[in-house]
Amino acid sequence: MKPLRNMMEKLEPHFKEGGKLHKFWPVYDGFATFLFVPGHTTHKGAHIRDGIDLKRTMITVVFAMIPALLFGIYNVGYQHFQAIGQLATASTGDIVMYGLMKVLPLIIVSYAVGLGVEFGFCIAKGHSINEGFLVSGMLIPLTCPPDIPLWMVAVATVFAVVIVKEVFGGTGMNVLNVALTARAFLFFAYPAYISGDKVWISLGGEKAVDGFSGATALAQFTSHGPNITNPVGQPMGFMEGFIGLVPGSIGETSTLAILIGALILGFSGIGSWRIMVSVFAGGYFMATLLNLLSSSFPDNPYLTVPAHLHLVFGGFAFGAVFMATDPVTAAQTAIGKVIYGFLIGAFTIIIRVLNPAYPEGMMLSILFMNVAAPLIDYYVVQANIKRRLKRVTVKVA
Amino acid sequence: MSNQLLKIIKFASVSSTKYENLMGKNIKIKKGLDIRLDGEAEKVLVNADMPETVAIRPEDFVAIKPKVLVNPGDEVKAGSPLMYDKNNPHVMICSPVSGEVVEVKRGAKRVLEEIRILADKEISYLPFNVGNPESLSREQLIDLLCKSGAWNFIRQRPYSAVANPEKSPKSIFVSAFDSSPLAPDSDFVMQGNEKYFEAGLAALKKLCPVVHLNIHKDKVKSPLFLQAKGVEINTFSGPHPSGNVGVQIHHIDPINKGDIVWYSTPQDLVIIGRFLLEGRYDAHRIVAVTGSQVKKRRYVRTIQGANIKSILGTDNVEGTDNRFISGNVLTGTKIPSDGFLGFYDTQITVIPEGHDPEFFGWLAPGFDKFSNSRTFFTWAMPNKRFKLNTNMHGEERAFVVTGEYEKVFPMDIYPVQLLKAIITNDIEAQENLGIYEVAPEDFALCEFVCTSKINSQEIVRKGLEALYLEEIESQKEVHH
Repeated sequence: MKPLRNMMEKLEPHFKEGGKLHKFWPVYDGFATFLFVPGHTTHKGAHIRDGIDLKRTMITVVFAMIPALLFGIYNVGYQHFQAIGQLATASTGDIVMYGLMKVLPLIIVSYAVGLGVEFGFCIAKGHSINEGFLVSGMLIPLTCPPDIPLWMVAVATVFAVVIVKEVFGGTGMNVLNVALTARAFLFFAYPAYISGDKVWISLGGEKAVDGFSGATALAQFTSHGPNITNPVGQPMGFMEGFIGLVPGSIGETSTLAILIGALILGFSGIGSWRIMVSVFAGGYFMATLLNLLSSSFPDNPYLTVPAHLHLVFGGFAFGAVFMATDPVTAAQTAIGKVIYGFLIGAFTIIIRVLNPAYPEGMMLSILFMNVAAPLIDYYVVQANIKRRLKRVTVKVA
Repeated sequence: MSNQLLKIIKFASVSSTKYENLMGKNIKIKKGLDIRLDGEAEKVLVNADMPETVAIRPEDFVAIKPKVLVNPGDEVKAGSPLMYDKNNPHVMICSPVSGEVVEVKRGAKRVLEEIRILADKEISYLPFNVGNPESLSREQLIDLLCKSGAWNFIRQRPYSAVANPEKSPKSIFVSAFDSSPLAPDSDFVMQGNEKYFEAGLAALKKLCPVVHLNIHKDKVKSPLFLQAKGVEINTFSGPHPSGNVGVQIHHIDPINKGDIVWYSTPQDLVIIGRFLLEGRYDAHRIVAVTGSQVKKRRYVRTIQGANIKSILGTDNVEGTDNRFISGNVLTGTKIPSDGFLGFYDTQITVIPEGHDPEFFGWLAPGFDKFSNSRTFFTWAMPNKRFKLNTNMHGEERAFVVTGEYEKVFPMDIYPVQLLKAIITNDIEAQENLGIYEVAPEDFALCEFVCTSKINSQEIVRKGLEALYLEEIESQKEVHH
């Protein structure tokens, strides 16, 4: 690695104060620290430091998303060949190749546009480049349907990075989850491309088989309750949702793959298991409650969907594991995280079941709780202050 | 109802301690971290040569305004005053050795950096007429301790400054063990010093009737501590920072606004006790020489402020690019290889510097990295001892990760919220969030684990210093 190191060192003076390319120092610095963890040593305080830094944190989250990504690639191909009736003849290679052709461009556009905007801001403001977008850049494509036009993804990414993150001060300062806001932008700006029955399976211009329906499980819940079928009419249940060979956004379908990511996040200590567990608990609780009321409201078949189906279909698991756990936008206190997660789960089910306009509620519920998180923390911290003040009066008495 | 639910949730998620009443209190510290560092000192005690020079450095005291009492060329004895703090003018800071003042070193803006003394081969002591220490009144005791310099070993919370002898604390705390990385073993260093420790403890009893002696369930075995008389003995268990006196105060007799608690350490009490029994300021200490770069790691009997060359000995350090620390790796002071032992320090640590950039260090499996997270595969090696260097392992960032400080901060205080209150200079919030209960050392582990590499000890130090100086100013106004 010596030659590379030497090359970087030779380039460095050009970017330093007084060098011709000094304006681009953040870009140089970004690349240099990407290649080499710098040899900075401690000056103040503790002389030794934990091995972890923000790059390690972010790359761990990206690793945790890889099972969902790989499954998503396969599933895009699987849904395609199933829909056109060639599943029996298509090889695994064909399936994966089709998925790659759909998913890779989305990832490239998301990263290129997002990092480009980020670099631009860092050059303009002289900041060092933060690692936050490493995760956002992967989350955005995973929450999109496979056929979404690339330019839309680009526009949404620019909107999210500029309006939601940089305007607030960059990584660590944003109020709303960046990737989720990109998705919300698509959802409200171009609803025809990210909702309904036509967008979740990439037909690739070929003709679907007779009796094909591209409706997701959640859309079918609205009209049929728990009696749902896959695109070619076979019945679906808990296991199908858990494994995830069903239509949906690229990364959201397989609860199993997502749970592998959850294990990586929880075990490494990067993602908050408090949030993940309480999102599922809140969802299960609310779904059970509404399910119990189903006989009183026969007009709404969604109420008849049992709780365990809610947790494995749609974006519930993906949101719980990868979106709700974003530390910047979640509640920060331990108790706050439990409340925050529980309410995300509960509101998701309320939106799904009781709001006829949206069969899915995960995105809106998380964004809403992003806004509410500081309020939750405020009350948790106030309770701590009151408890500590009480110590004084107890002692006097 | 909602209150109760909150309590249950809180218990499940936050509760880290359990109280049991035995003799004193029995407290389990669950949050914290023992950094498994290579380089522990072997339990062998050797005498160091008399150092050529010793130095007393104002930097070792909190927010001190030094008034220097000596000039270069002056002859001093052990116990002769060198300076005092204008904010605490009764307490002399005295020379630990006899000899000649060779330098009163000042830095930028004439700030005093150190007073350096060329030490005699044999120490001659300034005699103090103590008489029978048991018959001293509280006032006489305070007066003697202040004149001899031994008072500096009684410090106060809040602020970790030298105690103000004109005030009375609500209690005095002594942590009988040091839980920081590679710290000296209290049982070992007290061997042969028992009667001095007991005399020191008796003096504390005279200063304040409530004295808490805190021991560790597994680390402290000496009957000197376990059977100490006339004090409350509280038992702690669990990892660092269970030995931090701030953590102990928080769990036993927490500080609210306006409260004062004094504290000392076993080795500091030995100096107080020796002064009372022998009538001289004899600041000999036993120092643990630790760290992966030291060849012969052991305990060394030396004098306060000694040049560390005399403590380390010749040819006792591996390699050339090393960090010399007076104290431990978390809270110690960076000193040159011929620097001086800090006023309160009883440990020297030498570790390698970490100047080398690391190719894709953030992506590598990291079999040599220690982390409180499980993002490096060393989580699978629970018994490995690490040779850590001074590399930052990353660059400073905004706060992103949450909950990581809380894992190593065993107090009912929100550390990040408190830090933010200090950064934004919001004094009311700082008070509400518990600033009077903490010291920089309590944030050392937060600083160690921090993903964003934020120097939290520095933030806390500045916040506390501002409050301390403000308090001193307001007291002066009352006097006028």
